[in-house]
Amino acid sequence: MIVVDPRICLHCAQCVGTCPHMALELNDMHIEVNENCKSCKWCVISCPVGALTLEA
Amino acid sequence: MDDEYDAVIVGAGPAGSHTARFAAEGGAKVLIIEKRQEVGSPIRCAEGAARRSLEEAEVIINPKWVSGEMDGAMMIAPNGNFLVVDEARAGNEVGYVVERDLFDQDLAKVAVQRGAELALKCACTGLLKDENGKICGVKINHMGEEKEIRSKLVIGADGHESMIGRWTGLAPKLEKNDIISGLQYRMTNLDINHKFVQFFLTSKYAPGGYIWIFPKDENTANVGIGIVLSKITHKGHLKELLDGWIASQPKIAQGDIIEIVGGGIPVGTPLDSNVMDGLMLVGDAGRQTDPITGGGIGNGCRAARICGKTIAAAVKANDFSKEFLQIYETGWREILEERLYRNWMAKEACLNLDDDVFNKIITTLDEVGIEEVNVFNLLVVIKEKHPELVEKFQDLI
Repeated sequence: MIVVDPRICLHCAQCVGTCPHMALELNDMHIEVNENCKSCKWCVISCPVGALTLEA
Repeated sequence: MDDEYDAVIVGAGPAGSHTARFAAEGGAKVLIIEKRQEVGSPIRCAEGAARRSLEEAEVIINPKWVSGEMDGAMMIAPNGNFLVVDEARAGNEVGYVVERDLFDQDLAKVAVQRGAELALKCACTGLLKDENGKICGVKINHMGEEKEIRSKLVIGADGHESMIGRWTGLAPKLEKNDIISGLQYRMTNLDINHKFVQFFLTSKYAPGGYIWIFPKDENTANVGIGIVLSKITHKGHLKELLDGWIASQPKIAQGDIIEIVGGGIPVGTPLDSNVMDGLMLVGDAGRQTDPITGGGIGNGCRAARICGKTIAAAVKANDFSKEFLQIYETGWREILEERLYRNWMAKEACLNLDDDVFNKIITTLDEVGIEEVNVFNLLVVIKEKHPELVEKFQDLI
């Protein structure tokens, strides 16, 4: 499960554009992860500030 | 807000607003929807825009959003040697550094003054389709209220993270080499040449990309990094690289950070098609960013002008078919496609260059001189002195 730390997130939507599975959405000012997530971690490395984590 | 429009434009960035302006000027009934509460915020951009591109796009230049006019660009090699390119020879690469939030707000204002309607806090949540599966509008959430808006055309101007592009299948997922992740600090108390944008080539700190300094005033600048996703190995890596580079540059390290900006840039090949029945993609959503520079404002505005005029023509002809929308498709490709494709190939070839090669390239260009800086001319000049360096680029020369 991908968890977004709102204390770090810049709302740049880099992760939304990067996700190959359309599993992330920017809803106003927060990132939401949906059931399409395949835990591929593209979003984790793409985040400019390291706001995303894959948690077990 | 009405229930029906000629065109609904999703996203009030430069491409969306500029499209709306030309559509409205041509008599179309246009609604721009923007999910945020304010146009232009947060900034996700290095804020460089070529003067020539903006002029060609008929953007009305407003001194309010011009934070600086550059004399030129500098390309700095890892060994510190550099190449200076004045604006006349810098082609489409430099010109203005803008206040991007004010720029976006101004373009939106012009569009609204020309007759477009703007709805804020209005997210597109889906596409409406008729009984034949043809797009006939959008589903929206406006200030918490779910609504359906009918429209003859839908324009996806929803940025690099475009949902319209994905829902329609026009913009397939990108490969790791085709996604740039960007991080930038607005810094002040810097010791910089504020009349030149600077591009730093360094495989140590910016493998598969570059570091930039875009001056905002005498001692303030956007200092940023953009590299392809394939070169990022772990969480937080991009920030480590930028922080590491800044620490290695005393004149930058003395500065203070006053703003943090993140963002993504698509740097893949042009899409197979930016149009389908009742729908067009423009700007970053239409993958019109330059794969070498990452610049998107100029290209987006140039394409948007054509897109907006096509909307107006389609309304007059009452024809919203993919065939009619070829006016936009052929129009934007005529001015942008060849360069986008060539620069994409150059980007692919550049991804793995080492510092030794960067040093040789900059030294060679400085010695030989170059008429106008673009990828083609760079390669030709390098070939004369170091044919071995451009072997991989033969197809481009």
